[in-house]
Amino acid sequence: MNRILHGRLTGLAVLGAIIAVLPVFLTNNFYLDVAILAGFNAVVCVGLNLLIGYAGQISLGHAGFFGIGAYASGVLVGVYGWPPIAALLAGAVFVGVLAFAVAKPILRLKGHYLAMATLGIGIIVSIVLRTESGLTGGPDGMMVEPFKIFGVELYGEKIWYWVVGVLLFVVVWLSLNLIDSPMGRALRAVHGSEVAAEVVGVDTARFKVMVFVLSAVFASVAGSLFAHYAGLITPAKADFFKSIELVTMVVFGGMASTFGAVVGAVVLTLLPQALTVFQDYQQIVLGAILMATMVFMPKGLLPTLAGFLPSRRRA
Amino acid sequence: MRIRLLSTVAAVVGLTLGAVAGAASAADPIKVGAIISATGPASFLGDPEKKVLELYADRVNQAGGVAGRPVQLTVYDDGGAADKAASFTKRLIESDKVDVIVGGTTTAATMAAVPLVERGEVPFISLAGAVVIVEPVKKWVFKTPHTDRMAAEKVMDDLKKRGLTKLALVSEDSGFGKSGREQTLAVAKERGIELVADETYGAKDTDVTAQLTKIRNNAAAQAVLVFGLGQGPAVVTKNYRQLGITLPLYQSHGVASKEYIRLAGGAAEGVRLPAAGLVVASQLADSDPQKKVVVEFTKVYEEAFSSEVSTFAGHAYDGLMIALDAVKRAGGTDKAKLRDAIEQTKGYVGTGGIVTMSAKDHMGLSLDAFHMVEVKQGDWALVK
Amino acid sequence: MFAELLQYMLSGLTIGAIYALAGLGFSIIYNASHVINFAQGEFIMIGGMASATLTASGVPLPLAILIGCGGAMLVGVAVAKFAVERARDASTVTLIIITIGASIFLRGLAELVWGKDFKRLDAFSGETPIQFLGASMQPQSLWVVGCAGVLIVAIGLFFNKTLTGKAMLATSHNRLAAQLVGIDVKRVVLASFALSAALGAVGGAVVAPITFSYTEMGIMLGLKGFTAAVLGGLGHGPGAVAGGLIVGVAEALGAGYISSAYKDAVAFVIILAVLLFMPNGLFGKRGAERV
Repeated sequence: MNRILHGRLTGLAVLGAIIAVLPVFLTNNFYLDVAILAGFNAVVCVGLNLLIGYAGQISLGHAGFFGIGAYASGVLVGVYGWPPIAALLAGAVFVGVLAFAVAKPILRLKGHYLAMATLGIGIIVSIVLRTESGLTGGPDGMMVEPFKIFGVELYGEKIWYWVVGVLLFVVVWLSLNLIDSPMGRALRAVHGSEVAAEVVGVDTARFKVMVFVLSAVFASVAGSLFAHYAGLITPAKADFFKSIELVTMVVFGGMASTFGAVVGAVVLTLLPQALTVFQDYQQIVLGAILMATMVFMPKGLLPTLAGFLPSRRRA
Repeated sequence: MRIRLLSTVAAVVGLTLGAVAGAASAADPIKVGAIISATGPASFLGDPEKKVLELYADRVNQAGGVAGRPVQLTVYDDGGAADKAASFTKRLIESDKVDVIVGGTTTAATMAAVPLVERGEVPFISLAGAVVIVEPVKKWVFKTPHTDRMAAEKVMDDLKKRGLTKLALVSEDSGFGKSGREQTLAVAKERGIELVADETYGAKDTDVTAQLTKIRNNAAAQAVLVFGLGQGPAVVTKNYRQLGITLPLYQSHGVASKEYIRLAGGAAEGVRLPAAGLVVASQLADSDPQKKVVVEFTKVYEEAFSSEVSTFAGHAYDGLMIALDAVKRAGGTDKAKLRDAIEQTKGYVGTGGIVTMSAKDHMGLSLDAFHMVEVKQGDWALVK
Repeated sequence: MFAELLQYMLSGLTIGAIYALAGLGFSIIYNASHVINFAQGEFIMIGGMASATLTASGVPLPLAILIGCGGAMLVGVAVAKFAVERARDASTVTLIIITIGASIFLRGLAELVWGKDFKRLDAFSGETPIQFLGASMQPQSLWVVGCAGVLIVAIGLFFNKTLTGKAMLATSHNRLAAQLVGIDVKRVVLASFALSAALGAVGGAVVAPITFSYTEMGIMLGLKGFTAAVLGGLGHGPGAVAGGLIVGVAEALGAGYISSAYKDAVAFVIILAVLLFMPNGLFGKRGAERV
């Protein structure tokens, strides 16, 4: 019991330390920008990891929730003049309700069918965002006002780095707490065997829905904040490719590992930037990395690496 | 516990890799940055732009550079995505620390870059079409291509010459298409042309027969104008002939490239569009001041790339040359002085026309820099 | 009125035929290996790109298509051997990521080999539209529907009449039993990839004159082929074909009568409706796993 607490705190402490110290190495705004983007992706991935890694469900449309959050902020603030924090909450509530409405019938489906349903939702969301150009600015996106709270305007990479850093820290903490709570145990039971979990009396449907909604809300909040940070959002942020990127980050870093999700997000956000060196070979390298990782490290990066070390925690 | 430690190591290693990858280089060169859509739906604009920038940066360097300083060109491909354009612009300004940016193939990419160059105070010469780029005038933003409003005006003038007054519009959902549509609606009102249909299509659509069928069934239409860029209009053109529509078909300057004719094939025959003198270089009158420049450019381009010129190549050339000429006049790469020098460009003979900018006009072209051309037997023919 | 409807139906059937081929490809692979091959769209792209570039450099059309087909089959087998086989026992998510990785890799490779621009392939028998009861039809549409039809019938015969085909069918019904009677299931998987690749490639070649061929053409075609397969019931070949035609026609009618902007969404709305009310698709096995 002590060791679990100890383990959890150590991880959080390390994360906190990295977040605090990193800016020293990030000498210009562009580097900060990349770190911030990685941070946003990590926030979404931590939520998605709860769904994929712990609850064992698939979502190929999560970028849709991110996009809705982003556009909710963009439209409500830019067109209707709402205060940013209200728009963020409205987006999160809307996404929560949508995820709930969608989760109930869909989470009965399994495997490929579930993947297809979430894929369909994600794509429909991105098409709607792209088409309703009167409201959303169409395929080329729309500009978003900076985030204003209590009269203070949050603008610039330096400030946003801290906002994202804190957000990530909080989200990771929440996730770790969740996993070790009764709900988390129920989730892991569901992942292990849904039938067995039902037999033991776990209300699998309820937990699956809750996790789906929670992960969707994480994505929406990240999306709203991202919109204010970037000042520009496009429907591409909600499309199929983005959803795949997110799933890849979770699976690459290690499913059922919160920190794995963070690492996955960081590495896969940096990769395209590092790959611009390769210019024409970029896609090939990315695809090759994806395939190789999944073939040779199907559990993901972190658990595989951990497997190489003598484990102190083996019971 | 070990897992946590490893995550630290992995994260630090990852970020260091990123830092190394972003390392820029040194000293005295004139740093020109470019964000071009060399891939994606606008690739037939972006690909020649990229080639021209690289070719001419090389040529200038081989001729000794500008005032003895070499030109160092950094090109990023945004794939036609506005958000990538924004992030690459940030990279150019913050990490590569360029002196001037030439690029923004699409209107969307340009508009995404605008707030960044305004904040970063770096002069930016755009290669995109929409009039909103320079109206209202933004301090650091300029452009070389003709605007969509000019295209609409040129087309309306031609319609009037042919005695046609009812136009059907088919516009693309991209930034250029949407802006073109707005301008067409506004100009039509001014010139007394009636818009009898207003259809839209997606930039990546491979079939627009649904929209065109509606136009075919609209008895009032006397001519059709397509506002889009890249390969979308080629699809529209093919479907147009496939449906057997015989009304005069007009395009915008978003297709002023042989690529359009190649893709649309025989369907492009008889299509009219406003284009820069560049595409009909050999047909210009000898007394035309542009003639020498466009003939020379055509020769160099075709020798280097074994493919025919397009106005997009020309716009990139104009952008680069205006920037470098301004460096010469400003006596260096101090960004504020450079910006002023660009704004003071007067009588510059480019492939797009004669450029004379001012504090109120960051494009510098007038309506007669545009020529109405028609596709005849797979080639451009000047419409007199 | 009727002419308009006919016009939409014709373009719907044309593109529906391609979705049908793609869906069939998905079904074949799924049957043999329970893998959803997200790289199916790229097989279509390879067929289209190869045909376009080869004919542009003078190779006669039938030979170009054959080479394109062969190339796609090789690629399919490579994907099966090096990516899918190694990850036999991995979870569904992992397998999906692998095939997605393969599709990204193939797209990148295609960009390198063929360039990023749009390639034109001349229509097989010219472009003069055929007037038919008030609607005009491109001759190429006939080629598309015709080739798709021939291929589908051929596949049906293959599965029902040849030994190899029956072996593949057996594997899809019960892998273990098939192994027990001596069928080399590994070979079956490779064959299924090769077959689907061939189907896709031919589809790509016949549709290229209509849509132009470019490295990203496989993405939407693949996804919609997937919806066709699910609509028909994953693993049900004829179902996938029916699904493809339904999706294609629905799309065209939606674009014509409701909104052309939402054309792409039609396929996905259909799929959601199907999944919510008939999770096993139109023809799939009844009795889904429910918890």
